[in-house]
Amino acid sequence: MIAPGKEDSVVINLDGKDVSVPSGTNLVDAAALHGKEIPHYCYHPQLSVAGNCRMCLIEMGTPMRDRGSGKAVLNDDGSPKIGWVPKPVIGCATNVSAGMHVKTESDVVKECREGIMEFLLVNHPLDCPICDQAGECRLQEFATDYGRGYSRFVERKNVKPKRTRLGPRVTLDDERCILCSRCIRFSQEVAKDDVLGFVDRGSFSTLTCFPGKELSNNYSLNTVDICPVGALTSTDFRFKMRVWFLKETRSICTESSAGSNITVSSREGQVYRITPRRNDLVNDSWMTDSGRTLFKTVKAENRLVFPSVSGSRVSLTEAMDTAFKLFKNKRVGVIGSCKSSLEELFLLSQFCKATKAKKFIRGHFGEDDGILLSADRTPNLRGALVSGFANKYPKSDLSILNMALQKGELDTLVVMGENLLDSKVDAASLSGTEVVFLGTHANETSKLASVVLPTLTAFEKSGSFINRSFYVQAFLQAIPGPAGLIPDLQILSNLISSVDPESDLSPDLKKIWIAMSRVRNSPLKGISFSDLKQGTVQIDGSKWKNMPFVEKSALHHNPMMKIK
Amino acid sequence: MAKTRVLKRIPLSLSERTYLPQIVTGLKTTFSNMFKEKVTLQYPEEKPSIPQNYRGIPTLVKDPNGREKCVSCQLCEFVCPPKAIRITPGEVPDGDVSREHVEKAPEEFEINMLRCIYCGFCQEVCPEEAIYLQDEYSSSGYTREEMINKKDKLYELGGTLPDEHYKWDNKKKAELEGNPH
Repeated sequence: MIAPGKEDSVVINLDGKDVSVPSGTNLVDAAALHGKEIPHYCYHPQLSVAGNCRMCLIEMGTPMRDRGSGKAVLNDDGSPKIGWVPKPVIGCATNVSAGMHVKTESDVVKECREGIMEFLLVNHPLDCPICDQAGECRLQEFATDYGRGYSRFVERKNVKPKRTRLGPRVTLDDERCILCSRCIRFSQEVAKDDVLGFVDRGSFSTLTCFPGKELSNNYSLNTVDICPVGALTSTDFRFKMRVWFLKETRSICTESSAGSNITVSSREGQVYRITPRRNDLVNDSWMTDSGRTLFKTVKAENRLVFPSVSGSRVSLTEAMDTAFKLFKNKRVGVIGSCKSSLEELFLLSQFCKATKAKKFIRGHFGEDDGILLSADRTPNLRGALVSGFANKYPKSDLSILNMALQKGELDTLVVMGENLLDSKVDAASLSGTEVVFLGTHANETSKLASVVLPTLTAFEKSGSFINRSFYVQAFLQAIPGPAGLIPDLQILSNLISSVDPESDLSPDLKKIWIAMSRVRNSPLKGISFSDLKQGTVQIDGSKWKNMPFVEKSALHHNPMMKIK
Repeated sequence: MAKTRVLKRIPLSLSERTYLPQIVTGLKTTFSNMFKEKVTLQYPEEKPSIPQNYRGIPTLVKDPNGREKCVSCQLCEFVCPPKAIRITPGEVPDGDVSREHVEKAPEEFEINMLRCIYCGFCQEVCPEEAIYLQDEYSSSGYTREEMINKKDKLYELGGTLPDEHYKWDNKKKAELEGNPH
């Protein structure tokens, strides 16, 4: 590879047009910046360059220099003479240099692509009707765009195993593999779990796991995403739904404070899969396998689907009225959750203001894997701090609440989805206290509660989370919630207006953002919800720099780095 | 303004007043038809012969070996203009001897005949030649549910059609004789 130049940008000639591109980029990326597609299979912007698929062959030349004097050789008309490389070169392994000339649409390049496509398709099975990749398959796309259109192959195609189990979540269809080695490089470079390799030669080359090993790390399903063909398939999503039926919604992974950007694919109110969405500031193109299964909780058996008072089903208004009677002129304690969105936490702290309630919050912590599963297993702990709900770093239990309960300081508790009984709160100290439970799933606390108000999961509502590097990111509603349920924000704003009829807090996200940015010294000043829909916004977290954040340094996160 | 023209009534002649010439003419037509070839059918006991390219009820067919051809690619579901087709795809387990070399097959296949418009797009789009609009055209039922043809009914209606591909046999042959790994 040519070493990147010293200047920030260089001018290259792309198909006869002078364009400016950042120095150090390769030709595939540089051409993409100017709307020219150089087809490629093995190259991935976030992996090392392998250069084995040969699909990105282009013609390249540099200005000629005189060997003796080092002076530029000029044409008769005074323009620099270009020394074209006699054979095509691969775009992915060629970095741009000043004055470089590139042809991406010449006859030679077209012939190269036709030839490469023909070789790739020689042993490729005609599986498209049952292949899960169909519709998002690079091979299908490039065969249409750059292929010959017919086959000259009369021999028999190779037969290879069709369902090899590479790991608990990944199934390999050997016949479809085009040997691009993206999955191998991903395992080595990103997952740091070197288990994949090619064995055998020529057309018998096969992707396989090393003896005694399997592709079982928590990032294994990313190999399925980056596979340009349908060779690596997700065992869970395999044969479930064709991709062209799926509606894609931008969302944020709720698994941990890493806040991976995700795409939720759903059809007719049912989520079928979750895939990572590229964001070079947060998660590159990756996400955890464990985060991909979170949509299964939407249809879980213990999902709360109707409001209830003392265990019997009531209408939503009735449940709200009962809840209101429990707050009125009572000593209220509110147990917030770091799993709520930023907007919900803001409304919840307004509710606390209106009822003069005491605020409690707990964190959920686990092991840090140094990539995209951080030690803080809630998506929005920083949101609790920024919204003003929490002013101390949450502990992993609620023993403070237990003490307050034992002293008899509280009459009513409002619980946001947390289970008090696994947070060091005794069932005995809860006796004599009324519990209003707002949550998506039943737990021990919801069973004790006098009023249960079911809320929606992150797939069924919109909002925003603040991740470990103080990036505010919006998630959007992918599917409708269960019939008859209203969003958490609506419940909270109804509760606030029942306590304080003069409150003008609306459940509308845009209006909440206006209210939030009006708060004095708020780091959210000047940001609106529509800004978040455009992309990730980093806020000033220096106010909280002395807090004992548990996250270790990981992908795109450096806790030592001074927060902006 | 248009002018109304008043027609003059002409009185009937004697022969016209007897009606006899008219009756005779009518009977002549009747009796001449008695000796011609019949054009009516005793429907529904007798049914007309249906031309080859007729678009009747969509059905699923099996190959001559009695194997399911549909691989639940859901292209018919995608192309269906009135959204009458609904497929639940399913994976065929590896050890299923009767269906070896088949990886995917419909777990459920529903065609709602209340929605179907007999356009034949499903037959046209099918890459496996598994769905055909055949000669059956009349379907009736007492409830809406009865009008949704399930997988069993669709195979019963479809039966077996001649096939020149024998896809699954060829797959087996390729594995045995081809370039096995």
